[in-house]
Amino acid sequence: MGVGITVEHLNAFYGKTQALWDINLIVQANHATALIGPSGCGKSTFIRCLNRMHETIPEARVEGFVRIGDLSVYNGTSPTQLRRRVGMVFQKANPFPTMSIYENVAAGLKLNGFGNRKQLDEIVEKSLRGAALFDEVKDSLHKKSGASLSGGQQQRLCIARALAVQPEVLLMDEPCSALDPISTGKIEELIFQLKEQYTIVIVTHNMQQAARVAEFTGFFLLGKMIEFDKTEKVFTNPSDKRTEDYVTGRFG
Amino acid sequence: MSSNLAVIPQIVVPPISWRRRATDRLMTGVAVLTVILVLLPLFAIFAYLVYKGIGSINLAFLTQTPKPVGEPGGGMANAIVGSMVILGIASLMGVPLGIGAGVFLSEYGRNRYGDAVRFVSDVMNGVPSIVIGIVAYGLVVLRQKHFSALAGGVALAIMMVPTIARTTEQMLLLVPQSIREAALGLGVSRWRTTLSITLRTATSGIITGVMLAFARVAGETAPLLFTAFGNQFWNKDINQPTAALSLQIFTYAISPFDEWHRQAWAGALVLIVLIVSAVAAVRLAVRHGKLAGA
Repeated sequence: MGVGITVEHLNAFYGKTQALWDINLIVQANHATALIGPSGCGKSTFIRCLNRMHETIPEARVEGFVRIGDLSVYNGTSPTQLRRRVGMVFQKANPFPTMSIYENVAAGLKLNGFGNRKQLDEIVEKSLRGAALFDEVKDSLHKKSGASLSGGQQQRLCIARALAVQPEVLLMDEPCSALDPISTGKIEELIFQLKEQYTIVIVTHNMQQAARVAEFTGFFLLGKMIEFDKTEKVFTNPSDKRTEDYVTGRFG
Repeated sequence: MSSNLAVIPQIVVPPISWRRRATDRLMTGVAVLTVILVLLPLFAIFAYLVYKGIGSINLAFLTQTPKPVGEPGGGMANAIVGSMVILGIASLMGVPLGIGAGVFLSEYGRNRYGDAVRFVSDVMNGVPSIVIGIVAYGLVVLRQKHFSALAGGVALAIMMVPTIARTTEQMLLLVPQSIREAALGLGVSRWRTTLSITLRTATSGIITGVMLAFARVAGETAPLLFTAFGNQFWNKDINQPTAALSLQIFTYAISPFDEWHRQAWAGALVLIVLIVSAVAAVRLAVRHGKLAGA
């Protein structure tokens, strides 16, 4: 089951440059929340703060309070422990190139010391089905490298890999930006199904996508969150002038 | 409707001028020529070695120890085995150290400490091999009070480390950051990511670096002169003076005997064949484990 996320007074920095300013929001469990805004506004930085990937960049740091379910993210939780419960799908599909399709999906569990072969087989199949990829790859699970798949399949493989660790939250950083409309459609459909089991936070440049998949939408501008509300409200009746300008295409 | 279709303007493609065609041919020719020039010395050396050495290679050469001066026959079996032993010792010590240093440089060394290590390893790459022999002499031979295969192995290992460290670093840096992030994002710890993901992704490049270092030290003579020292007899103890092909070639080549000269040529041929087959075997083994589309 998914869990909710609470963010309070979050500030993020790259060295001396501040990238996020006092972000506050609440993400509902088992819903999809979209983050929109022009390039460089801090959306990606923000979701990377949720699973502590931000701090893997040299000199990057975070201030503030984040709670995911019962975990206080920046207090008493180790990054590895956290990331097993908060999966991430990146902008560009990044399967492990030397591993087979099966190994890619099993990687998260195997590298964390999970070795039960039979259960692993089950989880891999379930995760690939969950990512709507199983039927396309079932005959070459062990034969083909993850990198030999098409772009859309690779991205679904990465989703399967994230699901295999059985997280509660799934962070998606522009998961469709490198995909054609058909693959994008498949992934959006997938997000719909995944919502039943996971909490989803998705960064997107595509406002139609946000409107299609997410119940809640946050609008970021220059490192600040300008507006956060129900998706319908953000797109049809935003309370901030800047949000309106952005969603109607007047700038950005 | 169809009559309303816009008329597609005819684009007249001018014929490729004779000058462009001539330049194209000329440049292709130059490229082919440089390839030939680069490969020529290699083939020339190999052909000459075969021509000079093949006549002296026979079963005795590969299975017997050297005969005393004046007696015909005998072989370099002890030197062939000795070379393998010394190279084995060198690889056992040098490869893990070199790869470890490369991992440090690429994953943790983007700072002043890393720069210092990089500088030192580049300098070490330029140190004459005989000087490294002296270092091993001081480190091992003086302490053990006698020459040994171990001392020779230490000398060659010292030579391997900087090459392996720097190529490993370069190969790890070629692994995209996104691959590391993928593993970290699954909750895999940093050292596990480095070991199971980053190193594994860069394996084939790292092996190239290792083979390069191996091939380079396999023919080294100077660092072995006062470490392994050489031996005319069989020796099974790595703490005793040990024969090596390069040393044997050196001794025989500067001797005044025709028979020894012929054997030196044969030894050189055997050495090159051994190095080439070792590198080829490793390459084949690596290719064998590859997946489709990888």
